[in-house]
Amino acid sequence: MASDTELTPTSYINHHLTNLTTQVSEGSFWVLHVDTLVTSLILGVISFGFIWLVVRKATPGVPSKRQAFVELAVEFIDNEVKNTFHGNRHVFVAPTALTIFVWVLMMNAMDILPIDIMAWIYEHAFGLHNWRTVPTTDVNTTFALALSIWFLMLYFNVKIKGWGGWMHELFCTPFGKNPLLWVLNLLFNFIEYVSKPLSHSLRLFGNIYAGEIIFLLLGMWAATGVSGAIFGAVLGAGWAIFHILIVTLQAFIFMMLTVVYISMAHESH
Amino acid sequence: MNINFTLISQAVAFSIFIWFTVKFVWPPLLRAIEERQKTIADGLAAGERGRHELELASQRSSDVLKEAKQRASEIILQAEKRASEIVEESKRTAKEEGDRIILGAKADIEHEVFSAKEALRQHVAELAVAGAAKILRREVDARAHADMLTSIGEDLK
Repeated sequence: MASDTELTPTSYINHHLTNLTTQVSEGSFWVLHVDTLVTSLILGVISFGFIWLVVRKATPGVPSKRQAFVELAVEFIDNEVKNTFHGNRHVFVAPTALTIFVWVLMMNAMDILPIDIMAWIYEHAFGLHNWRTVPTTDVNTTFALALSIWFLMLYFNVKIKGWGGWMHELFCTPFGKNPLLWVLNLLFNFIEYVSKPLSHSLRLFGNIYAGEIIFLLLGMWAATGVSGAIFGAVLGAGWAIFHILIVTLQAFIFMMLTVVYISMAHESH
Repeated sequence: MNINFTLISQAVAFSIFIWFTVKFVWPPLLRAIEERQKTIADGLAAGERGRHELELASQRSSDVLKEAKQRASEIILQAEKRASEIVEESKRTAKEEGDRIILGAKADIEHEVFSAKEALRQHVAELAVAGAAKILRREVDARAHADMLTSIGEDLK
């Protein structure tokens, strides 16, 4: 919580939405959101480290509870991928889907941590004035994921169909092979290729960001007095419980869209 | 909404995590799961096979039982038949034996009768000769009347 200046709703919200930045090099682009990167890295290392530790000792016999838990997640994702992707999914697509689901879920789940308590901990335990806990409320994260997947999509398009096949698809689908339609087809595909990463990333960002804003608004309400605090607490708890659904759902949607995009790149029309 | 270097760093982190999962997480777990699936499938197949074999075995045992019963009843039937045959045969044998014994006894009796008659005849002849000798005491000359005595003996035979 901002302690240096007078606390107004604007400064409260601004404080919670300000990243801890560091200038990597000259220029406005070369700014790094340290909190986003460090939090996401910690979460990734913890989750994948845990999974790796479990998997390393995975036995084909009777699994331990932890192994059963990991297998549950893996088989759930594997099933989803199997229904969408018709190729050898074990080489790349399924593990990628697992990575995305677990990582995005963890990053989204940070939204449920009480923001003001976390801010107090960051301030007093680590001396960090600005620290945003939820990496997916940073467009950089969601765009990084979506664009990586977009490049993977292009890569698989070229790899599976070849340059010629891909160009043919760009010019001749979805309307037809007639040369008069080439421009229209290309325009249509162009829009599709632009909208895919945009919708992919902004959907995740928007949902989680909006969730965080609601938490902030409830926090502000809680600051207005006793009744506000009670309502803020009750509604905050309700929103947090509802947010468990959103967090999981958005992670799942993000994963499924990834699988769908990569599958579409594998299938020629 | 300011796009900056964070995007690149996050993309790199993302790539590393994907690489890690593809390389180290997915394959061993998949192997374990597939191996277990295979074990379970084998177990189920073995169970199915065992069930089938049990079915066959019970089928076979009931067949064997049925055959044994049939054979037993056949044997009993045969034995009964044989028993009645034996009874019949022994009856017949006994009857033959009895007949033979009776026949032998009759022959013996006849023989006895015959020899008794012979002895009696001999005796009567001797008595007759002795009587005659007594009657004709002086006159009889054994040598002169030998023919007569012999013919008497012949007649008494």
